[in-house]
Amino acid sequence: MKKLINKVDDVVVEQMQGMAAAHAGVKINLEPKYMYRSDSPISTKVAIVSGGGSGHEPMHCGFVGMGMLDGACPGEMFTSPTPDQMLECAKQVNGGPGVLFLVKNYTGDVMNFDMATEMLHEEGIAVQSILVDDDVAVKDSLYTAGRRGVGTTVLMEKIVGAAAEAGYNLDQCADLARKVNCSGRSMGMALTSCIVPAGGKPNFEIGDDEIEFGVGIHGEPGRKRMKHTTADEITSMLVSGILEDENYTRTVREWDRIKGDWEDKVITSDALKAGDEVIVMVNSLGGTPLSELYVVYKKLAEICEAKGIKIVEKLVGAYITSLEMQGCTITMVKADAEMKKFWNAPVNTPGLRWGI
Amino acid sequence: MMNVISQVSINEWLKEIAVVMRQNKDYLSQLDAAIGDADHGINMDRGFQKVLIKTETFADQDIGAMLKNTGMTLISSVGGASGPLYGKFFMQMGMALMGKMELNLEDLSTGISKGLDGVKGIGKASVGDKTMVDVWTPVVESLSESVNQKDTLEIASDKMVIAADKGLKSTINMIARKGRASYLGERSIGHQDPGATSSCFIVNILQGIIVGKK
Repeated sequence: MKKLINKVDDVVVEQMQGMAAAHAGVKINLEPKYMYRSDSPISTKVAIVSGGGSGHEPMHCGFVGMGMLDGACPGEMFTSPTPDQMLECAKQVNGGPGVLFLVKNYTGDVMNFDMATEMLHEEGIAVQSILVDDDVAVKDSLYTAGRRGVGTTVLMEKIVGAAAEAGYNLDQCADLARKVNCSGRSMGMALTSCIVPAGGKPNFEIGDDEIEFGVGIHGEPGRKRMKHTTADEITSMLVSGILEDENYTRTVREWDRIKGDWEDKVITSDALKAGDEVIVMVNSLGGTPLSELYVVYKKLAEICEAKGIKIVEKLVGAYITSLEMQGCTITMVKADAEMKKFWNAPVNTPGLRWGI
Repeated sequence: MMNVISQVSINEWLKEIAVVMRQNKDYLSQLDAAIGDADHGINMDRGFQKVLIKTETFADQDIGAMLKNTGMTLISSVGGASGPLYGKFFMQMGMALMGKMELNLEDLSTGISKGLDGVKGIGKASVGDKTMVDVWTPVVESLSESVNQKDTLEIASDKMVIAADKGLKSTINMIARKGRASYLGERSIGHQDPGATSSCFIVNILQGIIVGKK
């Protein structure tokens, strides 16, 4: 393992310290670990908080700032944070109108955020929690932990963050987050594995001529192993996975803050169709350079044009990564006027910045 | 050999778990690499090293308080799925055994059964899903049968280990339905579940304490 680190155990803390040193807009707390907006708490806005394992930078800490997240909780590498981090972070950034947790559907993230939600509620703070489950690589969610939460998370944090900044209340923010989730789909592939510092070895072995198709963001194996091929063919497969995905109905657990208990909610993501407007993200898993992402984007744009799907906004770069893994993910979110407006609203974070 | 498990023995159990998790850190992470993301050993070690520090303050506490404290420590230091699952296991076991300074077989059976309820409550897994539930369920069944048959603590603990081991081996040929391993579908067949493995260690260490190997 060859990495720019001092001590394996210090990687997460030192990256937080570095980020806070580099960006005046964020502050850190180390016991427990979380990052928050320097100007928080803000009494007039709902606090948007997310979190997850480290190793996906800039997500989530890199998206703390004006127009996006109020706080973020980094876990150990690829390991979800703990409920006490989420609880303390939420209390730090809550200005009064309540806290919205944006949670990726990974078993550990869900369990820890569930506990934090219950704890916050018990402390009398209005809290809501919305799940992201957009990964079409997971087909049969009846026999799995359900679709993973991946790229749509970034777009959701941006859109809902802007809505909170504009004065949406907690219910409105939660409704918008649910809408973004039900409008978003992602698919990814990997050319190589990554190395988790504490593990010191690649998470999986993969031949020089092989790719892993349908990966998540933790270096976990994907849907299938196949022979490596051209960027065009890989892009076509990723986009097909997204465009051919049918209406997806599932039951998710959401917090009912009136009853103070969890309730099952049936939600449906509608299939994308000709005439739809979309915001797309072509994302590097960490080891793939921008040059290759643009090759992918070129093909993606051609396919969308041929299918009558209009790309209205785009993001090309490394936003939700998997350490140094080579590979990319494509996310497409069907956008309406409300979502487009908040997408374009100003944002000022270490990882995303425009309109200011 | 003992007729009851003392408070000191439970403390020994917790300390020994920390030793064994450290020894098997790489092994557990390797098992996790095959079907997950290769951090199970790292996470269990991190959590139980924190528990190990806590055990130094356990001398005056009853068994319920010690176990509850262990659960809270795991929840706030492990993260991932193992944190809440093992955290709930020890917390619920502790709540069931509040105020006790020693455990007879019936207490042990009740405690572990409540711990399993905690795990199932938060993880929603059943037998056959390729998780730690595949170890704890046969353990609970074995202990409850031993209570009915009025087995000695030693015989009950031997039977419990055999049941745990059988449960562990049964995970090898299962298709994972929970956690990250579930995304592999049929590719998860042939791999022993890492969470079931760490649970089996915990059962084995308990038996070692009961029969006086430790």
